[in-house]
Amino acid sequence: MKKLWRYLPALPALMLSGCTVDLLQPRGPVAEMNRDVMVAEFVIMMLVVVPTCAATLYFAWKYRASNKEAEYLPTWDHSTVIEYVIWGVPAILIALLGAISWWSTHAYDPYRPLQTADNVKPLNVQVVSLDWKWLFIYPDLGIATINQLDVPTNTPLNFQITSDTVMTSFFIPRLGSMIYSMPGQQTQLHLLASESGDYLGEASQFSGRGFSDMKFRTLAMDPAQFNDWVEKVKSGSENLDDTTYPKYAAPQESAPVQYFAHVQPDLFDGIVAKYNNGMMVDKKTGKVMHMQSASNAAPSDTGMKE
Amino acid sequence: MLGKLSLSAIPLDVPILVGTFIGVAVIGLAVLGAVTYYGKWGYLWREWLTTVDHKRLAVMYVILAIVMLFRGFADAIMMRTQLALAYKGNPGYLPPHHYDQIFSAHGTIMIFFMAMAFMTGLMNLVVPLQIGARDVAFPFLNSLSFYMTLVGALLINISLFIGEFAQCGWLVYPPLSEMQFSPGVGVDYYIWAVQISGVGTLLTGVNFFTTIVKMRAPGMGWMQMPVFTWTAFCTTVLIMVSFPVLTVTLALLSLDRYLGMHFFTNDAGGNVMLYLSMIWTWGHPEVYILVIPAFGVFSEVTATFSQKPLFGYKTMVYATCSIMVLSFVVWVHHFFTMGAGANVNTFFGIMTMIIAVPTGVKIYNWLFTMYKGRVEFTAPMYWTIGFMITFSIGGMTGVMMAMPAADWILHNSLFLIAHFHNVIIGGVYFGYIAGMGFWFPKAFGFKLNEAWGKRAFWCWFIGFYLAFVPLYILGLEGMTRRMNHYDNPDWYPWMLVAEAGAIVIACGIACQLTQLYVSIRDRNLPENLDLTGDPWNGRTLEWAISSPPPAYNFAVIPDIHGLDTFHTEKQLGLKAHGKPLAPIHMPKNTSAGVFIGLFAFLFGFASIWYIWWLAAISLIGIVATMILRSANRDVDYYVPVSEIEHNEEVYSRRIAAAQAAE
Repeated sequence: MKKLWRYLPALPALMLSGCTVDLLQPRGPVAEMNRDVMVAEFVIMMLVVVPTCAATLYFAWKYRASNKEAEYLPTWDHSTVIEYVIWGVPAILIALLGAISWWSTHAYDPYRPLQTADNVKPLNVQVVSLDWKWLFIYPDLGIATINQLDVPTNTPLNFQITSDTVMTSFFIPRLGSMIYSMPGQQTQLHLLASESGDYLGEASQFSGRGFSDMKFRTLAMDPAQFNDWVEKVKSGSENLDDTTYPKYAAPQESAPVQYFAHVQPDLFDGIVAKYNNGMMVDKKTGKVMHMQSASNAAPSDTGMKE
Repeated sequence: MLGKLSLSAIPLDVPILVGTFIGVAVIGLAVLGAVTYYGKWGYLWREWLTTVDHKRLAVMYVILAIVMLFRGFADAIMMRTQLALAYKGNPGYLPPHHYDQIFSAHGTIMIFFMAMAFMTGLMNLVVPLQIGARDVAFPFLNSLSFYMTLVGALLINISLFIGEFAQCGWLVYPPLSEMQFSPGVGVDYYIWAVQISGVGTLLTGVNFFTTIVKMRAPGMGWMQMPVFTWTAFCTTVLIMVSFPVLTVTLALLSLDRYLGMHFFTNDAGGNVMLYLSMIWTWGHPEVYILVIPAFGVFSEVTATFSQKPLFGYKTMVYATCSIMVLSFVVWVHHFFTMGAGANVNTFFGIMTMIIAVPTGVKIYNWLFTMYKGRVEFTAPMYWTIGFMITFSIGGMTGVMMAMPAADWILHNSLFLIAHFHNVIIGGVYFGYIAGMGFWFPKAFGFKLNEAWGKRAFWCWFIGFYLAFVPLYILGLEGMTRRMNHYDNPDWYPWMLVAEAGAIVIACGIACQLTQLYVSIRDRNLPENLDLTGDPWNGRTLEWAISSPPPAYNFAVIPDIHGLDTFHTEKQLGLKAHGKPLAPIHMPKNTSAGVFIGLFAFLFGFASIWYIWWLAAISLIGIVATMILRSANRDVDYYVPVSEIEHNEEVYSRRIAAAQAAE
């Protein structure tokens, strides 16, 4: 039994082996940066935390009341040198971390489009969070899915995110940064999958009863496969437009994956406009557009008057 | 007639709640029965319920905090158990409707009714004694504050048995908390419980700020104030500046819910981002409101038990004040993922990191207080050393998340949950328990049992790491907070470890209860009695008087000549007394606080259930009680010199007895 204890420190490593630690095993440049920053911070902070904890234990032990050997200075309470060190060293570290913070926040701002070396054309995806599922619209391809996000690898992904219910957060841990989805707002996120795979996607902001099952699979595949997939979706029969949308948008728990062969082009804009008195801002021109589609009918329960 | 209230609001179909109700009812009846049997109602009413004595209010606050700790912890262990079961298709035993209420209630109760009540209790007991005052500036308001806090706690607990509690997290983010998505009374319970107790907290802030500014003993300049008083002072400033923001935010949410307005709704110009910004303008200072007094406790405990003055007193004061100021310019770090620009995110990220500098300085100050001291390993010192290690780790993960680029993946994950429990358990809770052990003899005249205190510490310390290190790892594995079930096989073993940690913490709480029981049972043993009023060879003024102190605290207001005057005089063998005794002006007890509390309770309950006639009557009741109280001129009395002389003589005899025993 005693011998077993010796292996105790190895236990966490044992438990982790064979597991996926999503945030430490990135599959895209954004997630890589997130991880590197996080690990760098951890290492820099450990340089202070470990000696501090060690000194705490050492001082407490060495200057224990029963140890009459140790020096005792009952009135000593000030040392300018120590004061300089204890303010100075943390300040230098924080300056260093602050610099990393400034660089990484700007360089990988979620709103900043990504570019590949060979200038691959980005894929636009419009994300709508619903109760309690995710709607992904591919505006350039005219298709949409529910609860499954298929993306080509090594292609910049430009997400435009909104919500047609409460606020939540759009997160694919292995691809990196998350951004809130909020009704009436459009947020943006730029990611890239560098390897094909099946990654967990989730809502990370609690959004009510069905929140725990508000997950989606992110299937990253090489562009040829992706094109096949697009063709497969297009060969389907389901349409997503103003008339069918309310049915699919209705609250539902553990919603199954769904493909839509055709999507009404301004559906996303209509969903945003619905919470802005039927208006939305065109991102290219900055002009206010009045949306006419049926999905922008005022939410029934608020009785809002204009 | 009864608004929304009907018999169907009582959840008879939920066995857990019915069981809880029976348990609470049995304990409640047993307590009431015992009070009746021993004929203690008059005593309870005269000496406790109507008291304006800050020391007794302190005791009531801490009792409330401990009861709320049980409630909050029961929620916690239920959540951990749910997640240890609800794996791979097993729904667990808590359906989302119930589970969502539990995590919302856990956060609300632990912050507002456990931590805030405990902090206010410690401040009540210690601040007036440390500054040589006979009571707080506004004794009646102090009693009123307590009842407001109590009413909030009652409302939130009644939601267990009548109706439901909020199901949208402890900060009830809209639009989920709006009528459209939460039509039940849960959010209304939250709003009224927090609003009413918020009034109490704000009054406490004003009261203690005034007390510290105006009522310090002659000669006690700002830089002669004990560190705990300094931290209490910073906390009162934070309370006064931030709590009105909370009140306004929740008032706007109530306007949305009750009058159909559109501050935070999805449509008609409502904006959820406004709510987030406002609630965290209060919410971030709030965590410093909780932890700064804990820093004060650690300062007193470390200095006393290292038998040395605190290292770098001035640095400590400056560090505390800079934390106080900085805590107001970091709130955006709670929503780096909302899509703010890079400059905004960077600014708030760096400001957050800067807080780590004064906080780190404090850790080193405690470290160098132990350096070349004579460290006595009492239970409060255990909590302090445990804190220094745990809090360093929690601070590190905090700085990690202060970096927007890292927060973009850690936000809302279990890593975040682990982080804030790391600083709140390791900082706030360890601090308050150290403070309770340290000042317990002052409040009651006998010490807490050391052995059980240390057992409690070890259970909490080990239990904390068992319960929360897995959460750090789960966060890195991509698990988000507030999930009710999951099917990822990688997460499951860690959830089991976390459950084990929660059980070890439960043992810690059991040890603390045993400690109270054993200490009260053995209170008259000579080694436990505190006859001198100075059981730890203390440094500050509260140790210069008997334990428990007389109602008026100081027979003669002491003169202060510097920091730790009491300790210096003790070393020199000087006797503080010498001035002639004079009658002491004291406030009379009052039942106004009890009645206002009663009406506030009815008002809150009526507003939750839309029983408007009752709300109107109770509002009139509050105002009328206030007017009656204001018109009452018979609010004070003088303690005659003969009584003071008698008390002093008893105290001298006890000191003599203690010296003879040595």
